[in-house]
Amino acid sequence: MATEPRTSPEIGGMGHSVKRKEDLRFLRGKGNYVDDIKLPDMIYLDIVRSPLAHAKIKNIDVSKATAIPGVLAVVTGKLMEEHKLAWMPTLMSDTQMVLPTEKVMFQGQEVAGVLATDRYIAADGVAAVEVDYEPLPVVIDPFEALKPGATVLRTDKPDKKDNLIWHWETGDKAGTDTAFAEAEVKVKEDIYLPRIHVASIETCGCVAQFDKIYGKLTVWMTTQAPHVIRTAFAIVTGIPENNIHIISPDIGGGFGGKVPIYPGYVIASAAAILTGKPVKWIEDRIENLMSDSFARDYHMTVELAGKKDGTLTAMRLKTLADHGYTDAAANPSKFPAGLLHICTGSYDFKSAHVEVDAAYTNKPPGGIAYRCSFRVTEAVHAIERMADVMAHELNMDPAEFRMKNFIKPEKFPYKSALGWEYDSGNYGKTLQVAMKKIGYDELRKEQAEKRKKGELMGIGISSFTEIVGAGPSKHFDILGLKMFDSCELRIHPTGKAIARFGTKSQGQGHETTYAQIIAEELGIPVGDITVEEGDTDTCPYGLGTYASRSTPVAGAATAIASRKIRDKAKKIAAYLLEAREEDLEWAPGKFSVKGSPDRAKTIQEIAFAAYTNHPQGMEAGLEAVDYYDPPNLTYPHGSYICVVDIDKGTGEVKVRRFVAVDDCGNIINPMIVEGQVHGGLTMGLAPALLEEIQYDPDGNMIGGSFMEYLVPTSMETPNWETDKTCTPSPHHPLGAKGIGESATVGAPAAIVNAVVDAMWHLGVRHIDIPITPYKVWKVLREKGVTE
Amino acid sequence: MSTHQVKLKVNGAERSAEVESRLLLVHLIREVLGLTGTHIGCDTTHCGACTVLLNGKPVKSCTVFAVQADGQDVMTVEGLEQDGKFHPVQEGFREEHGLQCGYCTPGMLMTGTALLKENSNPSELDIRKAISGNLCRCTGYVNIVKSIQYAANKLRQGA
Repeated sequence: MATEPRTSPEIGGMGHSVKRKEDLRFLRGKGNYVDDIKLPDMIYLDIVRSPLAHAKIKNIDVSKATAIPGVLAVVTGKLMEEHKLAWMPTLMSDTQMVLPTEKVMFQGQEVAGVLATDRYIAADGVAAVEVDYEPLPVVIDPFEALKPGATVLRTDKPDKKDNLIWHWETGDKAGTDTAFAEAEVKVKEDIYLPRIHVASIETCGCVAQFDKIYGKLTVWMTTQAPHVIRTAFAIVTGIPENNIHIISPDIGGGFGGKVPIYPGYVIASAAAILTGKPVKWIEDRIENLMSDSFARDYHMTVELAGKKDGTLTAMRLKTLADHGYTDAAANPSKFPAGLLHICTGSYDFKSAHVEVDAAYTNKPPGGIAYRCSFRVTEAVHAIERMADVMAHELNMDPAEFRMKNFIKPEKFPYKSALGWEYDSGNYGKTLQVAMKKIGYDELRKEQAEKRKKGELMGIGISSFTEIVGAGPSKHFDILGLKMFDSCELRIHPTGKAIARFGTKSQGQGHETTYAQIIAEELGIPVGDITVEEGDTDTCPYGLGTYASRSTPVAGAATAIASRKIRDKAKKIAAYLLEAREEDLEWAPGKFSVKGSPDRAKTIQEIAFAAYTNHPQGMEAGLEAVDYYDPPNLTYPHGSYICVVDIDKGTGEVKVRRFVAVDDCGNIINPMIVEGQVHGGLTMGLAPALLEEIQYDPDGNMIGGSFMEYLVPTSMETPNWETDKTCTPSPHHPLGAKGIGESATVGAPAAIVNAVVDAMWHLGVRHIDIPITPYKVWKVLREKGVTE
Repeated sequence: MSTHQVKLKVNGAERSAEVESRLLLVHLIREVLGLTGTHIGCDTTHCGACTVLLNGKPVKSCTVFAVQADGQDVMTVEGLEQDGKFHPVQEGFREEHGLQCGYCTPGMLMTGTALLKENSNPSELDIRKAISGNLCRCTGYVNIVKSIQYAANKLRQGA
């Protein structure tokens, strides 16, 4: 697939840049997002939120709110408690408040829900609810949170005497200690990856409807994982699972922020059951930024050990993770720090050790949601940042240093020091392509010239390894649900098809790419295939779309389901052609008798026969379903090179060029892959230069709207330059790997490395993101470069 | 809350409604007139998902009261397609993969349409400046720029 597509453009299988089916409605304003749903007699929920980060609730007076014409009721924690719904479990076996009965734990926390006939009246009601708070000591700094004598936050847990959520470690501690003791060169830096927020342009929300006759709850909601939500709802509410119907309509961007269960969903669902009316809840942007799942907030100390010749030997990573008031990270159950232990990256380390302490603070919960496969961004930042520090320390070119330490192509499958089995990769080739495309050697010459003149120009590399496609059921589950995914494929008598999935696109283009996989495998034109997702009553069970798992897992299920159909089609073809199965050969779209190409049956003819003239003793129909349990994860990789110019007067960092060379194995739709990389790069640039959620010591959130939370616009975003290499996955049925998040994961380190590269000669070793003009200006002033 | 009768032209058709003084134009369009192609993405006039044309000029309809549109001409994304044929801007976004989740798309299309009315041959920087009030989280803008350039070429060729 690295070369030419096997199918014609009319069939549109793998490798064709097929135009997207979903665009036909989106371009006409005919998408169907949650807020577009309007049901008869529908009422609106709006939420009262805490102005304080930590406070006891002494009283909630709803009398003024309920006196407003059109306000129907105010839902409080007490009411939820009566229905045993004041608390709910998180995906990490912690507990989270739906509505508080005793105290609030972060600014912006849900305190009460106002139900009204109109969204404006609901907002009036929210303003009229009077809550009497008694402020409690606020814990914001996670280092302070873990000190003896710190205020214990989770007083709801009788045995909890501190703010440590868990300690986790992996790797060979003794071996790593020995390697560091024997090392000729060691480097060490403290690296903080701040809190950020996905800020998908559509916020979160739902419409909940309860059918009293059958006791059935239907919820249209912004969710990336509808089946998991259904099962979780059944467990939490006690409603039989067949009476819960989750529909995920068109989703306006997800990036992980639409995986968790937010209190608003639960309050709206409870309100629909209690009132008997459909309830709509749509959060506004400020609510979205203040209370929905955050990402990162990892305080890391990273150390590398090596030899004087530049050979890396060992890595040590210690992290303090700020989880907010509960651990609600949407991680696979067995991985409390996600896949952080991919941190040895693209390099051949002999030993490594990782440990993480997780702390409670008075901040909203969350933990992984920002276009990243469970903490891979943190891992990549740690290794790629430190690779540059080590290279500079040894006065080696960062490209040469990487080339020297890359895991060599012949070592795959490669077992990493922290236990992962990398499926395939060719890191050197990818970096070479990037260096050639950007003109690396010329840039280094230009940099040397500029430095003589006192100008600040930097070149940064990031040669990252991703780990996506969770995951093998032996190790990966959420709430005990194994992380498989699914495809159910039906071929109609006239040769057209419908396929349904356990995943849910949020912009990735599944309606097109899944159809392309079927077209590739069965030769049915992509235009003859309907793709459906996001309806738990009709779609097969799956764990959903996040962590770049759709192509690695559901994409594989699609190929296998198609192949099951092809196996049956072969039997029918043999019957129709009066030939033996072993005498038939397959070309896209038809079986023919070997040596007699005229004796052939198309997939359409075979489909018709499956319903009208199938062999006696065979089941009628042409359908298959596959629940795919991946044997391993896929390991996409890439090499990114960024060139920056720094304005010495203002500290502004200008990204002059950014070349991204990605390797995601065989590609289904090159146009869509490039689009995913563009978007991912922009979500890598964002935290590197602009985005950060901060809190003051009282727990007030700074940056709660797009006024302060700086999502990149067209003006800050450079003209991305992309290219690719192709190293197929040996275990994926299509040789494909995930791609949606590679760029988000790989880009920040390239940008920081470029900035530090521009200033290394001034004695700068590291700058934490976001690299704002003010931060750079301060450094330049300290170094006496600017006044 | 006082109410007012408003009459306005939306996508060429006369429409009228009884609205509260505080009703935002975006809610009039979406909830009263049922044109849900215009979206809402923030509270602070930053994201541009709600962009419509008011007398041919792009405005963020979350920051315009419905009563302010009384007697005016409004065009939304639903008004772009004519006689079952895509507007060149719509065609550009389709050809150049200028959209992913589709949520910011209607606002981008309206801003792009307004730009091309003013400037038939915009440079990359002209386009980037024009869409700088429309946030997109999916595409990284590169293909949106190409989409609008595609439409500009098409319009100049007299499509």
